[in-house]
Amino acid sequence: MSTRNIEIIVGAFVVLAVLAMVMLSLKVSNLASYGDVGNVYEIRAEFENIGGLKERSPVSAGGVRVGKVADISYNNEQFTAVVTMQIDGDYRFPLDTSASILTAGLLGEQYVGLEPGGDEEYLEDGSEIELTQSALVLEQVIGQFLYSKAQEE
Amino acid sequence: MSFSRGERMIFDNIDMDIVRGKVTAIMGPSGTGKTTLLKLIGGQLRPDAGTIHVDGENVHQLSQSALYKLRQRTMGMLFQSGALLTDLSVFDNVAFPLREHTALPESAIHHLVLLKLEAVGLRGARDLMPAELSGGMARRVALARAIALDPEMIMYDEPFTGQDPISMGVLVKLIHDMNHALGLTSVVVSHDVDETASISDYIYVISNGKVVQNGTPVDIKQSSSPWVRQFMGGLADGPVPFHFPAQPLMDDLLQGVKR
Amino acid sequence: MNGLANFLQAVGHRLLNRFSRIGRGSLFLWQCLLSLGYLLRRPRLLVAQLYSVGVQTLLIILVAGLFVGMVLALQAYIVLVDFGAEESISLMVSLSILRELGPVFTGLLFAGRAGSALTAEIGLMKSTEQLSGMEMMAVNPMKYIIAPRFLAGILSVPMLTAIFMAIAILGGFFVATEMLGIYEGVFWSQMQTKVDFYDDLINGMIKSVVFGFVVVWIAVFEGYDCVPTSEGLGQATTRTVVHGSLAVLGLDFILTALMFNV
Repeated sequence: MSTRNIEIIVGAFVVLAVLAMVMLSLKVSNLASYGDVGNVYEIRAEFENIGGLKERSPVSAGGVRVGKVADISYNNEQFTAVVTMQIDGDYRFPLDTSASILTAGLLGEQYVGLEPGGDEEYLEDGSEIELTQSALVLEQVIGQFLYSKAQEE
Repeated sequence: MSFSRGERMIFDNIDMDIVRGKVTAIMGPSGTGKTTLLKLIGGQLRPDAGTIHVDGENVHQLSQSALYKLRQRTMGMLFQSGALLTDLSVFDNVAFPLREHTALPESAIHHLVLLKLEAVGLRGARDLMPAELSGGMARRVALARAIALDPEMIMYDEPFTGQDPISMGVLVKLIHDMNHALGLTSVVVSHDVDETASISDYIYVISNGKVVQNGTPVDIKQSSSPWVRQFMGGLADGPVPFHFPAQPLMDDLLQGVKR
Repeated sequence: MNGLANFLQAVGHRLLNRFSRIGRGSLFLWQCLLSLGYLLRRPRLLVAQLYSVGVQTLLIILVAGLFVGMVLALQAYIVLVDFGAEESISLMVSLSILRELGPVFTGLLFAGRAGSALTAEIGLMKSTEQLSGMEMMAVNPMKYIIAPRFLAGILSVPMLTAIFMAIAILGGFFVATEMLGIYEGVFWSQMQTKVDFYDDLINGMIKSVVFGFVVVWIAVFEGYDCVPTSEGLGQATTRTVVHGSLAVLGLDFILTALMFNV
């Protein structure tokens, strides 16, 4: 096998591997959605409890994905969880939009659902959503249920 | 210099001088570590005590790059099996040291390789692969490769072992002619007494890690030591006994079969 | 009592041997890494080894990948159809392949095919004194023989893993759409939202780099360090496959625990 042939075949091998990587990155993984970096703005919301919300969890309005959770941190002075979201620049939401942490399906992953308000001014980069609804924590719900049951009797 | 491997002392405080320009033979029974000696000289092994000097340099005090330079300049080695690189042709094998260590253009290398192969009589075999060569031919190619960079010294590890008479004759002639034509220093390690003695200027006989005798071939043949005479003459029995140590024969037979 | 003392002595002896091997192996690795610079001047050596080590493993990777992907799709369907969740088949297949099966399978196959071949080749060069001969010709066998093979292994395994993953998913796609009646659009879209580039794909590739590094290190070291007889060579080749495979599986556990923290 001459040197030139070997070099050609190795080159083909490398190209094949690169194509495989490209295919995997674009068609299989969510790399495409990372590409919307240019046109996003950030808004914040504070919750008492974020439940199972994670970074990169979706942010939806009316069931349509409009952004994702960029960062989750804890405000040690207000004792609340601070969720920073990146919203696609194509969408605008009124200042009095509310954010709730909901679950997709029965056992699905958690996401932030936005319910638009009626204000004439819109949320911008750095704004904060005032109206928030924390995630339902199962133990608390059960606890409330038992408590109310006990109250009845 | 002393060297041991594990608990076995291979060389016990031996002292040898290899004279420049001459053929020095190192002979002894199998397993006395003659190949080990060559590896010690080449710096592949380290002695436990003592020093080895090649061309005025203490081999084992050199850094790795300096050692490699020393080898390149002064040493060529012919291994027992030839040690040719199996995936290169005869031509490429001989060209290998030239391509690695010199910046000569391919045309110059081409000429040099052909000349070296001509010296060993194998110029016509230059496109064969090592697997296609007989043992003797492989050794000749290895010799051509060993002289490729014109070293000052060549070490031959058992060059005659296992060769048919014709190949042996060829190798003997080559070693002798090379040494004298190129002014080399040759170190031949062997236990083929007659062939080696016929071309050597000086002989060291080694046994059990010590130099038993050293001198010119004439001196050795007339040695006063019975062991040396047995070795050089190829006698079956003498100081090295024919029988492996065992109890007397009658006792063995009388004991019968052991269960 | 004597038997026990002998036994303990033998165990201690073996343990010390193990330690000395690990020590030699580590020194060997260090020398190997130092020799890599040589390849910048002699890229042809690397290319030749990429062919020998990488391209020649390609066939088994393609075949294995295809079948693993297809079988996985079938098994996933059988499980998911009971929950009415058969549309998630692509997600199950792709996550399994990207996170686990891709890197691990490739690592194991590489250890068996290319690893054993490397050990045998180097071991044979050692026993025919080619390595020694090279040293005497003032060519450092670490630079000329070992380093190219080492680097070729580290580069090849991630490439082979990517190819394995891609063809496995394509195999799963074929089974899902042709045999199981899943719609093409559903297949790809399910994956594209849920499979994360960093968490799944990049982590899988990191695993493959680690596996490649360890397997080729073991393979090359076993060849270099082997007892230069035919028996020793056989033992060394076996050790490469066994130790290499165990290392892949063991590291997989550690890496999975680190990466996919529950």
